[in-house]
Amino acid sequence: MTRDDAFFQFLLRMGDNTLILGHRVSEWCGHAPVLEEDIALANTALDLIGQTQMWLGLAAEVQGDGKSADDLAFLRDAWDFRNVLLCEVPNGDFGRTLMRQFLFDAWHSIQLGRLMKSSDERVAAIAEKASKEVAYHLERSADTVVGLGDGTEESHRRMQEALDYLWPYVGEMFQSDDVDAEMVKAGIAPDPASLREEYDVLVSRILGDATLTIPESRFAHKGGRTGAMHTEHLGHLLTQMQWLQRAYPGAKW
Amino acid sequence: MKNEWPLWEIFIRGQHGMSHRHVGSLHAPDAEMAIKNARDVYTRRNEGVSIWVVEANHIAASSPSDKGPLYEPSESKVYRHPTFFDIPEEVGAM
Repeated sequence: MTRDDAFFQFLLRMGDNTLILGHRVSEWCGHAPVLEEDIALANTALDLIGQTQMWLGLAAEVQGDGKSADDLAFLRDAWDFRNVLLCEVPNGDFGRTLMRQFLFDAWHSIQLGRLMKSSDERVAAIAEKASKEVAYHLERSADTVVGLGDGTEESHRRMQEALDYLWPYVGEMFQSDDVDAEMVKAGIAPDPASLREEYDVLVSRILGDATLTIPESRFAHKGGRTGAMHTEHLGHLLTQMQWLQRAYPGAKW
Repeated sequence: MKNEWPLWEIFIRGQHGMSHRHVGSLHAPDAEMAIKNARDVYTRRNEGVSIWVVEANHIAASSPSDKGPLYEPSESKVYRHPTFFDIPEEVGAM
């Protein structure tokens, strides 16, 4: 694997995380329990999709095949996606959506903090821009997780169920492989495993405030960020997200 | 109504030096979330540099039936308006 191959894979991982999660969150548009949350979720989705444009735009540049961010977003099939599985699992109820958002935001904010010191100026610039949005995402999702976790009997039960369901998807964000080793060597990105300690401290504090119990098992589903095996949910998501470009190739706004 | 979040009135300062202006209202469980919601609902397009939130039931309002005693006496007193002075250009917006 050349440096550029690894760099391309790394950029896909960043951009596919934000693309797929952004799409998932956008599914709430018009359906959230209250108007204010509906607007807030749509804003989050838009932030993530905006970040996708930057990551996949750079990915296309590094790939050097004359493709655009749109080509990468709309013309790849499930096996070419490199997002972690956490981003593609269905929304479930509002509580599960916010728990997923919190578990991702916590990782995302730490990761972007490290990427701001990347040896690649373009990566550092994207991270700098995205980190302000993500700091707000994290504040909001953490507050909501605490509010619902330490809320009524029903909201507490739903949040604990959400955490139990999603926890096995957390570990994948910290798994390292050859791509990561190459990125560490080039000073472009940190070793994912090195983020875990900070993550655990942050997540334990918030989930503690939320009176929720972190499952003991460290079992982790994997296969998303390597592309080895996605869940069955990704294909369904793509049929919706990519439908227009597939049905009307090259259609423009 | 028990499950409804309280209503908050939102005030945004458009730029430094200007006063906060009422922009609308929204629902939120507490003041902190009201500020967050206001950020999402009212400042997405760079509208503000500062947000105030006030729970709507803390606002005391004048009664429409008091209109006569409150406002009518001033209607015929045009000399109370400072329109008879020339304001120097350098003063800027007032």
